[in-house]
Amino acid sequence: MTNHWVDIKNADVVLIMGSNPASNHPIAFRWITRAKENGGTIVCVDPRFTQSAAKSDIYAPLRSGTDIAFLGGMIKYILDNNLIFTDYVKLYTNATHLVNPDFKGPGELDGLFSGFNKETKKYDKATWSFQVDEKGVVKKDPSMKDPNCVLQLLKKHYSRYTLEMVSSITGCPTDKLEEVYKVVGSTGAGDRTCTELYAMGWTQHTVGTQNIRCMTIVQQLLGNMGVPGGGINAMRGESNVQGSTDFGLLFHILPGYLRTPVATDASFKAYSESLVPKTAEPLSMNWMKNYPKYTASLLRAFYGLNGGSLETQFSWLPKTDVGMNCSWLTIFDNMYKGQFTGFFAWGQNPAASGSNSNKVRNALKKLEWMVTVNLFDNETASFWRGPGMNPAEIKTEVFFLPCVFIFEKNGSLNNSSRLQQWRYKAAQGPGQTLPDADIINELYFKVRKLYADKGGAFPDPILNLSWEYGEKDANGKIKEINPETVAYEINGYWVQDKTIDDATTKQARPFKKGDLVPAFTYLQDDGSTACGCWVMSGSAALPAAAVPAGVDAKGNPTPAVPAKPRSLKSKGRGKADPTGMGLTPGWGWSWPVNRRIIYNRASVDGTGKPWSAKKNILKWNPDAEIKPLANLPAAKTPPPKGGWVGDVVDGGGAPPLNADGSVNEKGFLPFIMKGAGVSSIFGGASLAEGPFPEHYEPLECPVERNLLSGTRINPVIKIFKDAPEDVFATCDDRFPLVGCTYRVSEHWQTGVITRWLPTQAELAPGNFVEMSVELAKERGFANGEKVVVESVRGQIEAIAIVTKRFRPFKVGENIVHEVGVPWHFGWATTARMDVKANGLPYSNPTFGDSANLLCPTVGDANTMIPETKAFMVNVRKWTPADEKGRG
Amino acid sequence: MAAKMIVVDTSKCTACRGCQTACKMWNHLAAVPTEGKGTYENPPDLGSTTYTRILWNEVETAKGLQWFFGQARCMHCGDAGCMKACPVPGAITRLESGAVVIDQSKCTGCKYCVFACPFNVPRYDRAGARGFGKDRSFKCTMCVDRQAGGNDAKKTNIPACCKTCPTGALSFIDKEGFQALSDAATAKGLKVYGGPGSKLDTSVAFFLEGEPHQYGLPDKPAIPAPTYLWRTVLKPLGMVAFVAGVVAALAHYFAIGPKDSGEGGEH
Repeated sequence: MTNHWVDIKNADVVLIMGSNPASNHPIAFRWITRAKENGGTIVCVDPRFTQSAAKSDIYAPLRSGTDIAFLGGMIKYILDNNLIFTDYVKLYTNATHLVNPDFKGPGELDGLFSGFNKETKKYDKATWSFQVDEKGVVKKDPSMKDPNCVLQLLKKHYSRYTLEMVSSITGCPTDKLEEVYKVVGSTGAGDRTCTELYAMGWTQHTVGTQNIRCMTIVQQLLGNMGVPGGGINAMRGESNVQGSTDFGLLFHILPGYLRTPVATDASFKAYSESLVPKTAEPLSMNWMKNYPKYTASLLRAFYGLNGGSLETQFSWLPKTDVGMNCSWLTIFDNMYKGQFTGFFAWGQNPAASGSNSNKVRNALKKLEWMVTVNLFDNETASFWRGPGMNPAEIKTEVFFLPCVFIFEKNGSLNNSSRLQQWRYKAAQGPGQTLPDADIINELYFKVRKLYADKGGAFPDPILNLSWEYGEKDANGKIKEINPETVAYEINGYWVQDKTIDDATTKQARPFKKGDLVPAFTYLQDDGSTACGCWVMSGSAALPAAAVPAGVDAKGNPTPAVPAKPRSLKSKGRGKADPTGMGLTPGWGWSWPVNRRIIYNRASVDGTGKPWSAKKNILKWNPDAEIKPLANLPAAKTPPPKGGWVGDVVDGGGAPPLNADGSVNEKGFLPFIMKGAGVSSIFGGASLAEGPFPEHYEPLECPVERNLLSGTRINPVIKIFKDAPEDVFATCDDRFPLVGCTYRVSEHWQTGVITRWLPTQAELAPGNFVEMSVELAKERGFANGEKVVVESVRGQIEAIAIVTKRFRPFKVGENIVHEVGVPWHFGWATTARMDVKANGLPYSNPTFGDSANLLCPTVGDANTMIPETKAFMVNVRKWTPADEKGRG
Repeated sequence: MAAKMIVVDTSKCTACRGCQTACKMWNHLAAVPTEGKGTYENPPDLGSTTYTRILWNEVETAKGLQWFFGQARCMHCGDAGCMKACPVPGAITRLESGAVVIDQSKCTGCKYCVFACPFNVPRYDRAGARGFGKDRSFKCTMCVDRQAGGNDAKKTNIPACCKTCPTGALSFIDKEGFQALSDAATAKGLKVYGGPGSKLDTSVAFFLEGEPHQYGLPDKPAIPAPTYLWRTVLKPLGMVAFVAGVVAALAHYFAIGPKDSGEGGEH
């Protein structure tokens, strides 16, 4: 989230699109409800009339996979009706920037951007660039009238997205489109703001990244980024998914979103410098220029001072081959091809959660061994005895390590608000269960001993790891992991004594080895600091020395203040809300530096005055004096005056304009993480498909051609074709229905936890398929009837829910039906797994196998997130033979 | 203790069903076997281990399709049919807080309360699985144990359903504060259903966006005539034995016959 959960209450318009928070983020609805109570309008756009739609003021339907068409029409509406927030767009976005005159768009090239290579299916992005002057600064047209300026190109690009065209593609009636466009478009002016809430309904498409980018363009045009009640807010699908990306759980990033090194990164220096964007823009802060400090500190966190130089430590880091993709789909494709001998399925259940689950299940057969770490047996751990499997033929040796549940261990999680909250152990885990960190600890010391005793290939990275996470036994092994020690390493500390110039007060400030760093602004590129995740630096509070009782300047006695030990801000539970906007800075701690709304410099005008007095979280006070730090000698040169009041400002320094409107050469533009200092309406070369989002159909779709162009599907997606399960059916009479998967409130992910909770299984006992009354009538299905949903890849049993909440779509001249299935279920039910609870059989076994059996192995061209939200299926009558096929 | 009540603002209910789970967890109520029947609604009925459930109603209105989320739950009536019908002194009582509670150790399993309820709420434990003997009646207690033992600062003294509700659809308030809430709801165009001063003087009130029957609630709730007769006319005449026979026959009809039809399980 750019903003945060509580901030939703500040929105005048809440656009729920690509998500269903009423079902899947029920607590979020507390704040959506507040927005409504404050007079806000709730808008829901979804293929199905969801629980969120039921609570919305406006509901608009759209066929799955057509979000860009819908939003493209919105951009056109905003531009045609001149609803843009002009001051914001001119000053804070790249709308004024002049693009390479050779750039051409899909309107001219039949759905493609300039530079497409038909052979390699990749773009040469040379023309997706800006015109620069002799100093290398991007040329601009403040009037935004130059035909090559971003705003004019944007107008040209989306001129094709007329109401009629968008309606034909999406199946949403034109009056509904206009109704939504009008209300979202009303937030460009004055005090009004719109927030967007998305989740997997936007990401799980072959155009997932562009879905989201399309909305960022809307929000930039309306000036809704960086402001209270605005933003683009990803509601994470799991309470700690934010943490998992913050800490580099994905293959392409290290903790803190630092790029994973590749084999061609010749040295640590070259690698670090490659992370810094080049810019000649005078008012750009270009915060990423600090990245070499973060990479150096990360190496020190990994290896301490072992090996001495940062270059040596960098040589120990694993590196991927250039262009190597290690995402989910590729991993299982490679596993299918026998490229792995072993696999850790840790806290996950890929045999049910993986798109095209039959391919995943068959891939597991190719392994020599698999370790599963989980709470309960599941489709992955027991894949060898699942449907269609012959255990006698499967050689994979499976180890099951039981771990504790979240409430059985101490630790923290980072929620969608980027908010870290400490969580306390409430109960002892049963039997031999261990916290995940302790399982890793056990593994580490075993593996380390093997390397120490027997050498082996490249032992240095393991033998030199810094592993100071708790009390040691006589052999030097950590007895059990103390999660707080990990949290302090994440905050960062000095690995040697050093005195630095404090960036704010300009005082000389000495630090001793082992001292915590106050924030990431103190991290060093010379190897003198360690930090496990730079964005989280500042999450620990420094200890304070005791203050003896004394007398103040007026002669009044002052009480003694006891010494304060170091502490974790994630444990804070303060409810004070000084701005009245719900920032509550004392509750937990959010990265970066406890900033609750990122890009918050965009909430003020160029001189630092809030755009809206009503939505004031930050303002610039040019006369503010910087207070010196106590107990330190005064600065040699006093710091310049001026300071920000309110939320923690992005970056610091003055705003870009002086009070009289002239440019302040010492000021900064608000988007400090962008090289140009402004946000990107024109995306340049950042994404694979093009600088502007363009509508392409899903890989499997019900139409023979894209109504907008001759390019039907995203031209740069990777098509998997080596496994027999990699089959696709588009415009195929056998699979005429659009299919979509989703979740219900009552279950969690693949249901490995919730399917074992009788109260949850009671509420949602199994697979269902929702379909329109019209489709049921056409096919002769009765409500409540057991049916089979099938795609070219697999089939599942489900109970028909015949409902008015799904309506047929009019796409072009055709009627298209869509159906939806939840994906929480699996064959490894409590009835099948022959287990007991307190000696009694588990009650409430669930019904049905994973809906991911239906979904294709195809991903977004940038992220490789699978396209599980739009694919083609059929629904047919159930027969007893289908029960036998259940396995 | 101040008189308390529960307000169900259906305009804020998202049907997350946290209330259903919280009720079962707090009251240690076993899950009942369920299956998909073409609706999200489950379990299919209230029961001796199901005190509340969310009712999912798809309704076509002038404003288009609506999905109204109702709730089947005890209304804790001031004029309670169950209390009127109960022949055992002290088996069903109204507490100072307004909660109407059944004492299963006194309940004899006559089931009169089951059919005497205007809202079709109490259910009996046919098999005696709850450990009080066969046919004992059960229903929502307004979490009297939480009210008595909870902590005010942490709001652990409010019913489990209200404690867990994320949107504020369920709130537990002093009855004194109801008028203000009710006026505000009316001003927003919501219909107030039940509550203090309503015909049955209930300690639960609903705020509705549609008509009661569109939420699975009776439009005109009333204590069934046989109960009224029993309590106010016949019982004082001392014709207890005669009436018991009549009532038992009717009880069977009301309790077994129409019970499944009224609550919109299918749609």
